[in-house]
Amino acid sequence: MVSRRDFIKGSLAAGALYGFGNVVSSFASPVKTASKGVELGDYKEKDGKIIYDLVIRKRPIEFDGRIGKGIAINDNLPAPLVRLKEGMWAELNIYNELDEITSIHWHGILLPYQMDGVPGVTFPGIKPGEKFTASFRVKQYGTYWYHSHAGLQEQLGHYGPLVIEPEEPEPFTYDREYVIVLSDWSFEDPHWILSRLKKEDGYFNYNKRTIFDFVNDIRTKGFTRALRERMMWASMRMSPRDIADVTGATYIFLMNGHTPEENWTAIFKPGEKIRLRFINAAAMTYFDVRIPGLKMTVVQADGQNVQPVEVDEFRIAVAERYDVIVQPTEYRAYTIFAEAMDRSGYARGTLAPEPGMEGPIPPRRKPPERGMEAHGGAHLKHMHSGMHHGHMKGMHHHHMKKDPCGVCEPRLKNFQFGPTAAMLNPEPLCRLDDPGVGLKDAKHKVLTYADLKSYVPWKFLHKRKPDRVIEIHFTGNMERFIWRMWTYDGKRWTSDIKDFIKWRYGELVRMIWVNHTMMDHPIHLHGMWMYLDNGSGEYKPRKDTINLKPGEKICIDVLVDAKGYWAFHCHLLYHMHMGMIRVVEVT
Amino acid sequence: MKKTVLVTCALLTAPVWSQEEMDLPAYRPDPKVIRETLLPPSRFGMLLFDLFEYHVTSEEKEALYDVEFWYGGDFNRLWVETEGEHSFERGEGTLERLDLYYARLITPFWDFRIGAGVSSVYGERSGNRTYGVIGFQGLAPYWFEVDANLRVDTEGKVSADLEVEYDLLFTQRLILQPRLETLVAFSDIPDVGMWSGVNNLELGARLRYEIRREFAPYVGVSWTTYFGKARDARKSAGEDTSVFNLLLGVRMWF
Repeated sequence: MVSRRDFIKGSLAAGALYGFGNVVSSFASPVKTASKGVELGDYKEKDGKIIYDLVIRKRPIEFDGRIGKGIAINDNLPAPLVRLKEGMWAELNIYNELDEITSIHWHGILLPYQMDGVPGVTFPGIKPGEKFTASFRVKQYGTYWYHSHAGLQEQLGHYGPLVIEPEEPEPFTYDREYVIVLSDWSFEDPHWILSRLKKEDGYFNYNKRTIFDFVNDIRTKGFTRALRERMMWASMRMSPRDIADVTGATYIFLMNGHTPEENWTAIFKPGEKIRLRFINAAAMTYFDVRIPGLKMTVVQADGQNVQPVEVDEFRIAVAERYDVIVQPTEYRAYTIFAEAMDRSGYARGTLAPEPGMEGPIPPRRKPPERGMEAHGGAHLKHMHSGMHHGHMKGMHHHHMKKDPCGVCEPRLKNFQFGPTAAMLNPEPLCRLDDPGVGLKDAKHKVLTYADLKSYVPWKFLHKRKPDRVIEIHFTGNMERFIWRMWTYDGKRWTSDIKDFIKWRYGELVRMIWVNHTMMDHPIHLHGMWMYLDNGSGEYKPRKDTINLKPGEKICIDVLVDAKGYWAFHCHLLYHMHMGMIRVVEVT
Repeated sequence: MKKTVLVTCALLTAPVWSQEEMDLPAYRPDPKVIRETLLPPSRFGMLLFDLFEYHVTSEEKEALYDVEFWYGGDFNRLWVETEGEHSFERGEGTLERLDLYYARLITPFWDFRIGAGVSSVYGERSGNRTYGVIGFQGLAPYWFEVDANLRVDTEGKVSADLEVEYDLLFTQRLILQPRLETLVAFSDIPDVGMWSGVNNLELGARLRYEIRREFAPYVGVSWTTYFGKARDARKSAGEDTSVFNLLLGVRMWF
């Protein structure tokens, strides 16, 4: 894939972040490489407080015998497991031993905004050599994670799992548990990755359509239809194969810091119920997770109890968490398989009764292609009007069913997004019961957002009418790699991070999201829960990160119960960095 | 027992911790820190040798280049673009354009560019032309890469040129690029060998192999034909009015 020389070159391009001397010294001198795997951090418990020390350093990290330059916390990849207890105080001491400002954001945690760890929004950042203590009362439980919110540091290994034990028992039982952190790693510098995306659209995509794909289409769909479809996409200058911006062309995919070859293994006794806490800590990669031979019962989503739902596979968007329970009864190895959404690679581990065992690796699936629904309803109608079709039929049927989005109608039409929107989506679709690109034809049960129902009802959702309705319009320009979140204040449109989205403490806010882009975006709101309107009434699931599919609209309720400044952004690292981020001000 | 302790603990501490949280000093978002730490500035630059090739079949030992450089942010960029031919045999050639532009992204797919430049003929015959230029550069529907310019020189003479490229993928790395280029002048500009009317049409096809995205050797053919006064001028100079070339080159960028 990429030679060491290229890596050095990439690092050079990064300039200040990585001096040449630095790179050389790490290769030449016997600096210990970071250890790997999920390890509970050292902690102290004192006067109702749990205290962790987290030291952030540059570290060489080894993958399949090759050494890369990363950032590790307490010299481990991923960062140490921080385990807290609901009701106690957390005191998290962060030491910055980098030569640049850093931060830690506690993803999904309810806390005073000053502890939230977003430089420039909630605090000034942690300067080199300095210490910052995040201290807060732990008011929740479940599976969370933490990561840098400064520049592109997260891509280099600056992320780790955070688990909170409940005060009261959870509504499910299990015999043992494992944390599974999925992530993506490149031997290239993240700034080099970003510069490729800026210079050449599709740089990392080695699955573009070729003329042979067109010939195949003619064979299977007939000339007229094949041509019509091609012309449709080409007229819009869009590609149905744009699934991921950064792919296996530069990434390797990790499970608890380990490559597929290194095969991270979890031990079980046959018959045991095992809780797996999946965390997607990748910078840019969605994973499709399955354990062939085992049913998975989803019991929590983003750390929140949901009514158990049995699935064979689930897609985990960047920054999401799913807790599942599996019960292997046979004395054999099961492969935990997390395939990248664009099928350009996978992370893999093993559930086995003893170390060293390996299960079969499932056959790789064909890279997916987006359908016309990715453009929203307007284009879909256009296509329907002139076609007799195979795979479109499924969609017809699909839309006959009750729309799980309920009353979720964006009203704004006077879009003024300028060159930041390569496409407009005037008729966004409800796609909550659609598992997403590449999974629609799966023969087994795949989790969708329509399956998620809160374990407990949220009465206020039933009783209250929203005090404020706000539309958020997500736009993008692939050619230029520009990404934005637009709002309209009655007079003008803005996507500027300095124009805060203003909410009042105590309000119930209804958000309507519209995706004008051809990409999936995992949208994360800091500090407050988002109740996803998926048609389950007062059992709406609440999440901190909600995936917005291409062409889609989603409605969300937020009970505004935390004052301060809260980042609100796409969790694809390079999308956020190139502008898909806003700040909510709660007064 | 444990539960009682916890409850008591919660009762005792509840007012205390909410008090502690309220005591945190307020922080106002700081645009400077946002710019420097949360989202450090992103300016990019790219140097592209779009055409950089040798004409194998020409007796002139001719080379051709089309090189561009840009630097800037999302919407505003500085461009330098140059294009020309050089004959090693005769030590002469044509610098078709050496342009300096300011470019602004005005629609999702199009840059409007405004600038100034020079073109020249050197060798046995020589002459210069200095001009102001406006144009569009971008991606047209159906994936055509377009570069169209209008040039007005210091003597008020006007010319226009158009370049269209298309990428046809055989595989993920083997790519055929058909290309069309044409030049129209609205007056005679003999200094640089341009004549009123459509001067020429150049059609090319280049097959490149992307060893890396940044480095792609290619083979290709090009066919140029001249029209009207330009054709007459070439005839009287004893030059071919239609030229076919087999070429070898490399497309690369940094």
